Formats: sequence, C-alpha cells, structure tokens
Amino acid sequence: MKANEVPQDKRDFKEGDKIHKLMYALDNDGKYTGITSAGWEAENIATKQAWDAVDEELAETAEKVKNGELSPIAYYMQKHLMEVSLLAKYVGKWQWQVKRHFKPAVFSKLGTDTLNKYAAVFNITTEDLKNFGK
Amino acid sequence: MSTTSYKHYQHAHCESGVTANLLRHEGINISEPMAFGIGAGIFFAHIPFVKISGTPGTTFRTWPGAIFKRTTQRLGIDMHTERFRSPIRANQALDEVLATGKPVGMLSSVYYLPYLPEAFRFHFNAHNLVVYGKEGNEYLVSDPILEETTRISPEDLAKARFAKGSPEPRGFMYYVKSVPAHIDYTKAIQSGIKQTCFFMLSPPLPWFGNKAIFLLSKQIKKYPQKLTPRKASLYLGNVVRMQEEIGTGGAGFRFLYAAFLQEAGELLKRDDLQGFSSELTKIGDDWRNFAYHAARLMKDRKTDLVSYDELSDLLRICGEKERDLFGRMQKIKW
Repeated sequence: MKANEVPQDKRDFKEGDKIHKLMYALDNDGKYTGITSAGWEAENIATKQAWDAVDEELAETAEKVKNGELSPIAYYMQKHLMEVSLLAKYVGKWQWQVKRHFKPAVFSKLGTDTLNKYAAVFNITTEDLKNFGK
Repeated sequence: MSTTSYKHYQHAHCESGVTANLLRHEGINISEPMAFGIGAGIFFAHIPFVKISGTPGTTFRTWPGAIFKRTTQRLGIDMHTERFRSPIRANQALDEVLATGKPVGMLSSVYYLPYLPEAFRFHFNAHNLVVYGKEGNEYLVSDPILEETTRISPEDLAKARFAKGSPEPRGFMYYVKSVPAHIDYTKAIQSGIKQTCFFMLSPPLPWFGNKAIFLLSKQIKKYPQKLTPRKASLYLGNVVRMQEEIGTGGAGFRFLYAAFLQEAGELLKRDDLQGFSSELTKIGDDWRNFAYHAARLMKDRKTDLVSYDELSDLLRICGEKERDLFGRMQKIKW
C-alpha cells in the first residue's frame, strides 16, 4: 500500500471518528512511513455489523424482560457485552447461579447484597436494576 | 510527580508501541517495526472451535506479552515486571515507581478505558499502555494507539487493570531497570526472524501458523452450506476486524512486518531482506483485497457459492505466497 492510498473513510458511529489510527505505507521513495487513517470502508462495515448484531440482540432481550421472560440481569449483562462466564467472575458466583438469576421469579427474591453486587458491576444503582423493564 | 521528559509517539500496535516508547525514553532509538520484528510479533491462527463472542477465534499476531518479553530479552534490557493481588497495592506501587521518574507500562482492559470511543470498547484484556506521571488526582496516560496523551482517574485505571476474564491482567506492570551500554541489533534481528519463520512454518497442527490460513480458506468455502447468511456474515466480519481494526498497521500486521524487514535490511546492509520486504508488502495488498471483497459480500448479504469460493481462493493465494516467502527466509545464510 502506498502512502497516498491509505484510506480516509470516516467511522461515523459510536464516537468511532474520534480516533485516527496509524498505518504503515510506502512513500514515494518506496520507504515505509507511518500515516494516520480515519478508517477504511471494509473495516467500518465489519465493525458496524458487529455492533448492529449486539444492538439487535439487546433489543430482543429488553423485550423479553418487559414480557417477564427474563430478569434485568440478562439485559444489563448483554448491555455490558458480557457472557455468563465473565459476569459470574465479576460477581463471584457460579455460572449456574447467574443463569438462575435470569429467571424473573428468582430475581424478585434476591437479597440486597446480591443485587448490590450486580448493580456495582453494571455501574448503576440497585433501584435502576430492579426497576428496569417495569 | 510526573516524568516531564517523557515523549509520546503514536504507534499502530499497543504492545510493540509501548515497548518502543519505553525504550526510547531510556535513550534507545528503536522504531515500532523494529520492536515488532525482533519480538517476532507476526503470526496467524484460526481456531474454529474456540468461540470469542460467538465467532471463531482468529488472530494475526502472537500471544499477548510475547513481543514485549522477547524484544527486551533479545536486546539485553533488564526489566522489572510485577503482578498484584489488590488494586490498592497496585496503585501504590505505581505511584512509587512514578516518583522515581520512570514511565510504567501496564496491561489493561479496553472496556474500562473511558477515553476510548465506544466503538472500540469490548472485553479485550491485553491492551498495553504507559502511565508516565500523576497530576492532581489523575494519571497521565500515553496510549500508543492515540495521537495525543490523555488522563485517567485512579478508580478507572484500577478497574481496567483488574478486569476479569481471560487473560486476567492482575495489575501487571513493567518498567525498564537498566539498559546495556552496547546493543547488538544484528543478533536480535536474526533470532527474531528465525523465530518468526519457525512459528509460521513448523507447528504440526492445522490451527497455527501458515497452515491455519489454508484452514480458514477451506472453512470460508463451506460457510454458505453450513451457516445462516447472518452467521456467515458475522464470521467473515470478525476476520476483517482482526485484520484491520485498531492496532495492526494494516493487512493484519503484514505492513508492519514489511517495514521491519526494510529497516533491518538497511541496518544490516542486506538486499535480500529488502527484497522480502517488498514481497510482503505485495502480499499485504492481497490481504487488503481479501478484506475489501469480504466486506462487499457482508454488505450485500450474498450467499451465492461463487463469491464465497472466490474469497476462499484469495485467501489460499495469500497462504501460498506466505509459505513460499517464509520458507525462503528460513534458509537465509547469516
């Protein structure tokens, strides 16, 4: 890739245009040099697609929480791009426990300590956690 | 309490960038490509059964930590490395080193770095950055992928340094203890290149090194039959992201490595390395071409077999060219 071919296609989602990353390309004398790039269409499509998939799944889960099929924990876990294994590590529980807490009936009986732990990981108040989807 | 003499340089990749920035602070004039090449950073692996956020794991680089470790060892630089049990102790230790005027490198999770745009924040726990001072209640941060330096609060930094998942950084930090009076670049470059060729060509398993490029090529051919259009598109997208998103310098580190070969060729006065550099640049262009066509396929959500077949062929050709290139590089007479 030559220096004048380094793409400058703006990444216009989720503040992606804040970063200009460094690329390595050849200058006129055939020597490698660092050039900053605003982004590249091919890469932007891939990144956007991955985020769209996240957003779609999150909307589906939000719907399920509202319909009483899942607890707010499932929603906030996805919002923070976590999987059960990771969330379990953060709250210091087993994975089967976290999965159990996805059930609205179990969630409604959780003690304040447990709720506080989840809220702290999600960086929200315990009230926000309890009231989501109501 | 800040190391005012510290100078921030933007780099393509976090680990080779932090290595170069820390060494430059000690007066060693080393570029990012040099640090990357000596540390044998270029690699390829595709492991279909290890799913990362639901897509098969693909990487264009060696495992985290290896570049930094190999480069400093090969240059004979004495480093201090440390992990911690508690965030409080980790911040204390950081403050103590900063007070002596040394910039400190550390591992962090990009998800907990508020200064990065949301588009790049996911749970990746092996991001390297440098803290070079403290002003008021904020740490001064030199993140090699950014154009300028930035700041972070101790609370946010502690979160990033003690992120959970795999791998866990556990507050890992490192700084230069002492540098030798004389550095033998010739030997360091040689062993870096030898190791790269070995890792590319020798693993007997299909998931690592050059063989994995052919594996991915075969897998892509099967995507239309095996996967839903959405899944196929996400799988392809992940390969493109690993290849081009923040931190590779373009074409999945191929340009960065070509820049290393060029610089090494000049330093050691070897035309053969220069030749390998221009060949790898062309192969890098082929990788970019693959990514370009993959992105078009994603955008159109096409599932006809022809386009996936063509894409698979583009990748196979990259693999064949690299096999040939690294094969000849392995036979270099030093």
